[in-house]
Amino acid sequence: MKSTTLASAADAAAAVPKAQFDWKPLALLAAVMLLAVPAIGSGSTWLTLTVAGLAMGFIVFVIASGLTLVFGLMDVLNFGHGVFIALGAFVATTVMGGMAGFSAQGGWQSLLVVFGAMLAAMVVAGALGWAFERVIVRPVYGLHLKQILITMGGMIVGEEIIKVIWGPLQIALPLPEILRGSYLIGDAAIEKYRLLASAIGAVVFVALVWTLSRTKIGLLIRAGVQDREMVESLGYRIRRLFVGVFVAGSALAGLGGVMWGLYQQNVSPQIGGQVTVLLFIVIIIGGLGSTLGCFVGALAVGLVANYTGFLAPKVALFSNIALMVAVLLWRPQGLYPVTNR
Amino acid sequence: MLNRLLSHDLPRSRWLSLALIVIVVGLAAAPFLFPGAKALSVAAKMLVFILLVASFDLLLGYTGIVSFAHTMFFGIGAYGVAIASTRLGPGFAAVLLGTALALGVSLLLSLLIGLFSLRVKAIFYAMITLAVATAFQTLASQLSDFTGGEDGLTFKNPAVLSPAFEPFEQPLLGVTIDGRIATYYLLFVAVLVMFLALLRIVNSPFGRVLQAIRENDFRAEAIGFRTVVYRTWSNVISAAFATLAGALLALWLRYVGPDTTLSFEIMLDILLIVVIGGMGTMYGAIVGAALFMLAQNYLQDLLKLGAVALEGVPVLSQLFSPDRWLLWLGVLFVLSVYHFPSGVVGRLRARTQARVAQESRR
Repeated sequence: MKSTTLASAADAAAAVPKAQFDWKPLALLAAVMLLAVPAIGSGSTWLTLTVAGLAMGFIVFVIASGLTLVFGLMDVLNFGHGVFIALGAFVATTVMGGMAGFSAQGGWQSLLVVFGAMLAAMVVAGALGWAFERVIVRPVYGLHLKQILITMGGMIVGEEIIKVIWGPLQIALPLPEILRGSYLIGDAAIEKYRLLASAIGAVVFVALVWTLSRTKIGLLIRAGVQDREMVESLGYRIRRLFVGVFVAGSALAGLGGVMWGLYQQNVSPQIGGQVTVLLFIVIIIGGLGSTLGCFVGALAVGLVANYTGFLAPKVALFSNIALMVAVLLWRPQGLYPVTNR
Repeated sequence: MLNRLLSHDLPRSRWLSLALIVIVVGLAAAPFLFPGAKALSVAAKMLVFILLVASFDLLLGYTGIVSFAHTMFFGIGAYGVAIASTRLGPGFAAVLLGTALALGVSLLLSLLIGLFSLRVKAIFYAMITLAVATAFQTLASQLSDFTGGEDGLTFKNPAVLSPAFEPFEQPLLGVTIDGRIATYYLLFVAVLVMFLALLRIVNSPFGRVLQAIRENDFRAEAIGFRTVVYRTWSNVISAAFATLAGALLALWLRYVGPDTTLSFEIMLDILLIVVIGGMGTMYGAIVGAALFMLAQNYLQDLLKLGAVALEGVPVLSQLFSPDRWLLWLGVLFVLSVYHFPSGVVGRLRARTQARVAQESRR
């Protein structure tokens, strides 16, 4: 008797199809890369551009991941996310400026300073994120119109406060000596900093995916994205979870701000507003609320921007929009739609 | 008569009426009351922004749609006049043709955006319009043969509206009447007429449907109104008025560039004005625009006084520096969204209502 129930359970398990992993968006990424080969012609140029595009994509992913998680979990879209980017970048200028003497000593010291700046930026941005959630976002849960307005207001105030502290002008954020220059692989020049940025981005991605899919907190977050009330009714305080996600997302934005600032080699208070549009495009492409989608979207945006920048510089300014329209025509909900939205 | 003109939507508050009368009379007599080029251009910008913000209020306050593409339509209007005037030479024919073409482009674009994306959620629409507006700004600065690129276009107005035109030998009431003052009054009359038209629209049955959609779109749909159609119409009408506001701005400045019409800063200004003035109240546009323009141009002077007084105090002097006027407006904005979402106008009206209720209870 017992064996039959076991068998039927096994049958039932077999009857429920396992969720198929959706490979098509990844195939799209590969297709974009392959299509670019004949268009560009030279293999070494292609390699340079691909690495540049992936590096840009990884940086954008680091910034956008917090935004998309917060939206997925709490249905809050933070139009003020850009403030954390700018804040992170400016904290980095202070740290790297203050430690200039130490980092001038040479190789590993300057790397240490870069990582120290990133850490400081994450801490400061995370702390601000906590305050931002408390003061700005908490009173307007569930009210979309007010959310948009209030986070926009938060961005205006935040940008002005940054101007009060660091001044309204653009500040240089030079790369330390050890990260300048590039490696040569055949004829392809690969900038050192881009490799580092890609590595950090990959680490963040792996850490995020691991946290989301292998830990209990990740399980709760994913469950919260799927059905918030159910998780609450099981006795978990989803609000506390959300504050954690918001702080983590802000810290990641701070980290991304440092990476972006080093990538551009300068920082201005308006950096947040400029990047915000790019972020929105990325998370729309990926599907609002989806982490993997955000990742694929960011890489696609980075690659397409670099390829078109080489092939047709004028078109490159619109490549993001064109990519977004193309993706939405294919999948109106984004690459990896989150089921309940 | 006045009741009909205002479409039976009276200010409904003594203080608000007083403020409106002061602003309207002040604007009507600005060239004579406040001499000087700066005062006049502040007044003219106030006029343009009253129309621009009122048209945005139709979208945000009455229909409950957040669009970040409003400056795009504003810019289309301004560029329409500028491009037509540079290509065809100055003249009213060029201005009218430019405005008409700009209106056509705006209608088409707003219809497209509306039909494609007004079915989706508010947040999605806000993001899409932000992306489209940014792309349009880039487009305008890249097509430099056509739009003058980052430098913009400088052009000549029709003869009657150019500063060199002086119809009277003698100054009138101590002011020399020239083309600039003629332009100012053209703006004044145009804005007045179009503002009353907007007031008419929001108080028509159509406007009521928009408000119903704002309150509960599901219910409005259930009653039998096709919300997508109404939303799209609201989008189109608001875009058309924004285009006209842009054309007026171009006439006043005789210059068009990406920074003056298309930039994201202008969009933020519009948001600040509409929220501080009062969403869903057309009069909020008048009060808000007047307050904002005064703040933008004269709050800095006030802050300068504060900065002088606080000189030497490290953080405070930075916070009160004249360049940080936007900080204080931003704080005001955040506070308004929380504490009085219906803005200055809503606040004043609520006070009157409370008083009336109290008296009737007695």
